[in-house]
Amino acid sequence: MSTAELGFDPTLKKKKKKKVLDDSSSAPSTDKLDDLFAGAKKKKKSKAKKSATEGEDVDDLTKAFEGIKLKKHHHKKKKKASKLNESADFEKALAAAGVHEEDSRKLYDEKQKETFIPYSSLLDRFYTILNEKNPEMAGGQHHKLKIPPPEVARDGNKKTVFVNVQVIAHVLQRNPEHLIQYLFAELGTSGSIDGEKRLIIKGRFQSKNIESVLRRYIQEYVICKTCKSMNTELKRESANRLHFIVCKACGSTKSVASIKTGYQAHIGANRRKKF
Amino acid sequence: MSNIQNLKSFDPFADSGDIETEPTNYIHIRIQQRNGRKTLTTVTGVPEEYDLKKILKVLKKDFACNGNIVKDPEAGSVIQLQGDQRLKVMQFLVKQLGMQKKNIKIHGF
Repeated sequence: MSTAELGFDPTLKKKKKKKVLDDSSSAPSTDKLDDLFAGAKKKKKSKAKKSATEGEDVDDLTKAFEGIKLKKHHHKKKKKASKLNESADFEKALAAAGVHEEDSRKLYDEKQKETFIPYSSLLDRFYTILNEKNPEMAGGQHHKLKIPPPEVARDGNKKTVFVNVQVIAHVLQRNPEHLIQYLFAELGTSGSIDGEKRLIIKGRFQSKNIESVLRRYIQEYVICKTCKSMNTELKRESANRLHFIVCKACGSTKSVASIKTGYQAHIGANRRKKF
Repeated sequence: MSNIQNLKSFDPFADSGDIETEPTNYIHIRIQQRNGRKTLTTVTGVPEEYDLKKILKVLKKDFACNGNIVKDPEAGSVIQLQGDQRLKVMQFLVKQLGMQKKNIKIHGF
């Protein structure tokens, strides 16, 4: 590095790579090379700018820049002039074509008046077709699954018959045994299934009681937590013995707790036996 | 590698500190049918730091019912109350003992 280069103004330097190249080449005799550059800078803009960094002959530089600027101005003026010409041509063309455009617009309006269908009727038509062919996309029907209300009858004095367990389990796409297991765990009783596949529960239960339990079952084991869809499946992973809700609508899976029968108090005669 | 900013931003598998996913010890309130239209309410899973005897005393007085504490090998200490006291017990637990509603589960019909 020569002293002349150390005195350069670094802010003026634009391209590092080129500078480095210059340094290596100009190391032995900077002055001569600078002269060379001075000669070259008049030819190209980039070189001229770079030579500005060489700081030694500023006068030459400014001249060169002025020359470039002048050239630029010339260019701009020429361009502007050509543009003006072009725009004039364009306007002429427009004036010629404008008449045509208006004509076509009028034609379009007339056509519209002839075949005018109100938007609302079009919309109605669209929705009727959509409802026919693709009812799920019509929307607004989140609870497409209609769960029949539980039919509960009294069997004697102490037993309750839950008639349509199988139907409800089928609608919910659950194994009836799973549903029955949950019912027993929640109600804290036991029972059996009779010949007509009805569920017989020990104890007295009303329809509304069963319904509230069913509601909780659906909340916990049927509804997809992500998309709130009831179109789900319960799968058992044999590897880890966990149950998973697999949503058929959104494809998400979620693990659910297994049914646990909680603490049962010992009642009546049983109580004394235990203690 | 760790110098690259993109690679050390944040670990999606790190523990987020959410307690929600952890299995919380629920308080279960159940109901059992007895003979006729009589029922029994059982409360299991009340944390050990509470004095069950004192709670029972207050509950019995508030709900005007009898009750007792049963030690169960699986469920621990269980409060038993006569009659259907499920909602009342839950309100008591939330209001008087400051328990969170999501940690209480009511079972039965």
